[in-house]
Amino acid sequence: MTMMSITDVLRRVEEASVEDVVAEHLDQIHKSKFNTFITIAEDQSLRRARSLDSGESGGKLSGVPIAIKDNISTKNIQTTCASRILEGYVPPYDATVITRLYNEGAIVIGKTNMDEFAMGTSTESSYFGPTRNPHNPDCVPGGSSGGSAATVAAGEVAISLGSDTGGSVRCPASFCGVVGLKPTYGAVSRYGLVSYANSLEQIGPIASNVRDVALLYSIIAGHDPGDSTSVPVDTEIEIDCDLRGLVIGVPDQYFGEGIDPDVEKAVWNGIHHLETEGATYREIDMPHTGYALPSYYIIAMSEASSNLARFDGMRYGLRTEDKDWSTTFSEVRALGFGEEVKRRIILGTFSLSAGYHDKYYLKALKVRTLVKQDFDSAFKNVDVLVAPTMPMPAFRIGELVDPLSQYLADVNTVPVNLAGVPSVSVPCGSTHGLPIGMQIIGRYFDESRILGVAAAVE
Amino acid sequence: MITPEEVEHIGWLARIKLSGEEKSRYAEQLNDILDYFGKIDEVQTDVEPTYNVLELHNVFREDVASDSMEQVETLANAPKEKDGYFKAPRIA
Repeated sequence: MTMMSITDVLRRVEEASVEDVVAEHLDQIHKSKFNTFITIAEDQSLRRARSLDSGESGGKLSGVPIAIKDNISTKNIQTTCASRILEGYVPPYDATVITRLYNEGAIVIGKTNMDEFAMGTSTESSYFGPTRNPHNPDCVPGGSSGGSAATVAAGEVAISLGSDTGGSVRCPASFCGVVGLKPTYGAVSRYGLVSYANSLEQIGPIASNVRDVALLYSIIAGHDPGDSTSVPVDTEIEIDCDLRGLVIGVPDQYFGEGIDPDVEKAVWNGIHHLETEGATYREIDMPHTGYALPSYYIIAMSEASSNLARFDGMRYGLRTEDKDWSTTFSEVRALGFGEEVKRRIILGTFSLSAGYHDKYYLKALKVRTLVKQDFDSAFKNVDVLVAPTMPMPAFRIGELVDPLSQYLADVNTVPVNLAGVPSVSVPCGSTHGLPIGMQIIGRYFDESRILGVAAAVE
Repeated sequence: MITPEEVEHIGWLARIKLSGEEKSRYAEQLNDILDYFGKIDEVQTDVEPTYNVLELHNVFREDVASDSMEQVETLANAPKEKDGYFKAPRIA
């Protein structure tokens, strides 16, 4: 199991041809033991390879295959969100991130497995079966972008895209021993990303190393008129930074009860390593961290109940036998959605319903303000925050079946999405053969700095 | 306490038909999860809610016409269509 970098792939393209490189990738993917892909874009990727070989102009990723999470729309390539309700759906347009990748010569090699509609921490809720962790096939790869992280870890592709609503890029990056970035909210266009919780989520790059993540970010980031929540950003990323004078904040609350001692130790080793490079650290207090998790889940589920109302079997997706309007839709959705998706839609509907809206949804949005203020205060005194990405290494498939127990695993990733700040997970050690990830959280639009710190850790 | 009957009602609001077994199971799980969500009641929240972290409001574009998707592409994924339209179930 050897991971690849973009440089490795570009070198191979030079030696051979794009078509050879794509064929080699397809061969690896077909042999995968980890169920990393839902759809392999065999014909589309080979066709594009030939067109690049015969002179179509590329760019920074000319001939480099990329794996795309299956909730990002790809024209003419099936996009299911790992749900039965979208089985067979072929988008008529590309997400903006896909257009940007194509403009640089990248090749979409396939669509990766994920938790259904990105709702999960383990990739076990996929309609197409669980993805396995390449470091131990009995363990989950993390989620919800489990396929995107596992395929990079398994050396099947060099780069992939995931999406991160409450940790869905960083968690699998941590569990699979790869690098994953959750950009600042608004930095990357969500046009063509199938919405789950639109005020929280961002598309983010995954790769074997920080340099490749930085390059991918610089390609996909920037304002897009198709997404009114996107904003202009600086896409010049410089990861070779001088750590002298850097002040790291270590939030006490991120090392709370239940944290695996090996994870705690590995993250502290990472912090001490940064000290030897000239950084200093101070322990800080972020008092509302403990309320971030319930607040996050209330907001995410509320937004989900609204966003997933579009799946009615009328314009696309599963359709059952026609009865009257509401009965038909209720039956389509009963059959098409999996257990976790139904649970979240029901909880979200409940927390938005008359009599409960103020108690749950509105209250959660106010708690979100306090969580954001914790970050604003912290960043007045420190440059970055460092913490474990996940409180534990990858758990076993089937180990966390109670829904609440899986929600609790997201304790360190969700505050970042509530505040909208950027965070990167980078490997910092291992325990019993399973990787450990540390996250570096930054100020709004300070991707350069957190990636620079991550590069010093790897 | 949420009862299986209330779960059925919420399921109907969300247009998801639930089996008897699902109603009981979800009722039990929802009570556990809502119990945990109740933790946010401990916090004093004399602040405004945050809907968008960048505090963007009413982003407008110029009102200019542009090309849209062809009808045939729009209908390509429709499970049922008739005369160039999406075919919906009858409204009871």
